[in-house]
Amino acid sequence: MLAYIVRRSLYAIPILIGVNLITFALFFVVNTPDDMARMQLGAKRVTPDAIEKWKAERGYDRPLLWNGAREGARRVTDTIFFEKSARLFAFDFGNADDGRSIGHEIRTRMRPSLALAIPSFLVGLAAYVTFALGFAFFRATYLDFWGVVLCVAMMSISTLFYIIGGQYLISKLWSLVPISGYQPGSDAVKFLVLPIGIALVAGFGAEVRLFRTFFLEEMGKDYVRTARAKGLSEPAVLFGHVLKNGSIPILTGVVAAIPKLFLGSLLAESFFGIPGLGSYTIDAIQAQDFAVVRSMVFLGSALTILGYLLADISYTLVDPRVRFE
Amino acid sequence: MPVVLWTDGPVWLLVSITIGYFAYVRRHEHLAAPWRRVTRSAPGMMALVVLLAFVVIALLDSLHFRPALAGKDRKGGTVYAVEVQSLLDLLVMPLKTRTERTYSAPLATRAYARETTELPGGGVTREFPRLRYGGAHLTDEADHVRDLAVTVLQGAALAILAWGVVAWGATAALARRRRATLVATWRAIRRRETGVPWLAIYLTVLALALIAAPAALLSAKYHVLGTDKVGQDVLYLSLKSIRTGLVIGTLTTLVMLPFAVLLGIMAGYFKGWIDDAIQYVYTTINSIPGVLLIAAAVLMMQVYIDKNPELFPTTAQRADFRLLLLCAILGVTTWTGLARLLRGESLKLRELEYIQAAHAFGVPHARVITRHILPNVMHIVLITLVMDFSGLVLAEAVLSYVGVGVDPSMISFGTMINAARLEMAREPMVWWTLAAAFAFMFVLVLAANLFADAVRDAFDPRVRVGGAALRAGGAG
Repeated sequence: MLAYIVRRSLYAIPILIGVNLITFALFFVVNTPDDMARMQLGAKRVTPDAIEKWKAERGYDRPLLWNGAREGARRVTDTIFFEKSARLFAFDFGNADDGRSIGHEIRTRMRPSLALAIPSFLVGLAAYVTFALGFAFFRATYLDFWGVVLCVAMMSISTLFYIIGGQYLISKLWSLVPISGYQPGSDAVKFLVLPIGIALVAGFGAEVRLFRTFFLEEMGKDYVRTARAKGLSEPAVLFGHVLKNGSIPILTGVVAAIPKLFLGSLLAESFFGIPGLGSYTIDAIQAQDFAVVRSMVFLGSALTILGYLLADISYTLVDPRVRFE
Repeated sequence: MPVVLWTDGPVWLLVSITIGYFAYVRRHEHLAAPWRRVTRSAPGMMALVVLLAFVVIALLDSLHFRPALAGKDRKGGTVYAVEVQSLLDLLVMPLKTRTERTYSAPLATRAYARETTELPGGGVTREFPRLRYGGAHLTDEADHVRDLAVTVLQGAALAILAWGVVAWGATAALARRRRATLVATWRAIRRRETGVPWLAIYLTVLALALIAAPAALLSAKYHVLGTDKVGQDVLYLSLKSIRTGLVIGTLTTLVMLPFAVLLGIMAGYFKGWIDDAIQYVYTTINSIPGVLLIAAAVLMMQVYIDKNPELFPTTAQRADFRLLLLCAILGVTTWTGLARLLRGESLKLRELEYIQAAHAFGVPHARVITRHILPNVMHIVLITLVMDFSGLVLAEAVLSYVGVGVDPSMISFGTMINAARLEMAREPMVWWTLAAAFAFMFVLVLAANLFADAVRDAFDPRVRVGGAALRAGGAG
């Protein structure tokens, strides 16, 4: 078991290196720092001096991979690859193109992101499982049929509609909560209620339908028939047997999503003006701040890989049938 | 002068592939059988009718040209307009050219905001000015409601008439094929005794006609869905958005298909180091959160486009190139899911007896893959294609909001929503652009989802087995 976890963890390293190489290629090989400078400084009339200055200020004035002008180890370390990409492995993100420390921004913005993401996640999970189990309990009745119809309709509606509609209805028409903004501490609740509710509704259709198929698949199996043959009541079968086994695929998906909660939600944060990592990323994309986007790609990938790792480990923990090869 | 935009080529390639595929399917019973099951599904066929309507609009919008101008240049050659137009533009030309000054509500005769106008006898007044085109034919504005009602009724009558003719023709053709009388066929349809749910199809066509015909008649005199900030007709914008949405939903899968199929099957079939390498590649790409990878790639692509302006003579061509690249980038981020499914299936298939027999006969690998593996994983490919479509249409709107979607000058649901979103704060609210974009998107995505479900139910062997087990379980 321990050997499996260690081996599985080691497998994450080459993947992280791969991610790093992809981002490096994307940001520095496809387009040179000169192009980025020209784009940042705007206009085509920009002088070569201004470009050089922009590059020097941000440390893009080095060679890409090999600096022949330096001695010894500095040949490798005094390059864009080492300074901008390899340092990410130590989670040393450096400065944004506007000069501020990315690491500091991430640390301060993490809290609002989590304040939104964790409740959305927990409330959503509880609600989706409940409804899915309910539909499965009433399977092949009108309730189940119209429930599925509702799910399909809800998953056909754009998330943007839920956000804009929710803001209009609840904040503007009924003035129940502020339209957007954020305050730390206990005041945060009134800013977070609406985004959490909208996240719940936006995910409802797809998730409930998916979970329902998990439960139905489980209900067709032989052990469920055996349980019924023993004369167990339907709720006992459902909650005692089906819920446990049907939760295995749900659990692994859920565990994989946990680390990504740090990243927050791109859309909700930017619409509701919550100063989290999601809105940070969107702002950076819109301001074309390449350093921030690059850091967020790496951070996001690292968290995703961690999620997969946790999911695999949790899978082996909850399902004794899985063998360690 | 005909112009082939970057995305037009792939679109028509896709159309010919689809036609070729169905021509092939018709001649092979084992391929036609699951499709016949799709045609038995009432929701699936209703969705298909709606989808076909969208597809026709998108295809009309994919035939581009630059209209010739009246004058000649010095050498006597024809001069062409700079603007690229499509056949759809030509058909709905009035919608495109009759622009107001700014916002106006759906079917309105007067503008949305007060304007200061000079009175003929001197002095000024602030009032809601009459629109340039919306209801301009009305001499007395009191007739407005009556005119609307009359036009809607005319449209409805026209729709029912047209539908009656089409339904009669279709029933007659059906009667001929069934070798039954017209009346008997009609009765069978009405009692839903036909295998194909013709009643549902007829009713869907009727519903579409009842919406389209009055809208068409009204749009000749009014702005049916209002106008946006610069006075463009929202109905026109919505119609143009359809192509963008469909192109993203279909071309993305076309781009990713070769990678996913080839790499997925190779990984599962060859196993060993090839499997390790391919798995490594898709795990790595899969580890990067999709939106971030797309954002990074689109930012870099934008730098490239800005660097090489000489490649794109017109704005439409530049926007279109960006659309094609966006499809390619989305394809790179979405192929991993299909590749993993195909790998799993190929792993299973390669152990089966008929593949072993092929190996024993010394059939080369390439032939085993194309003759024995590929046909047996096609149902997975097909299911994935139709299931992915709706997600991609929805993703376009989100990506455009984030700023990494289609070119801002390209009309799409995303850019429409983005432009209209800020107007929510106005009083009274400008709701019609948002409503139109969301309504069109909802219908398109819902139809795609329902059709995808029908295809999955027909093609996925697991669903049938599971369904049978479920029924047995439910009875027991």
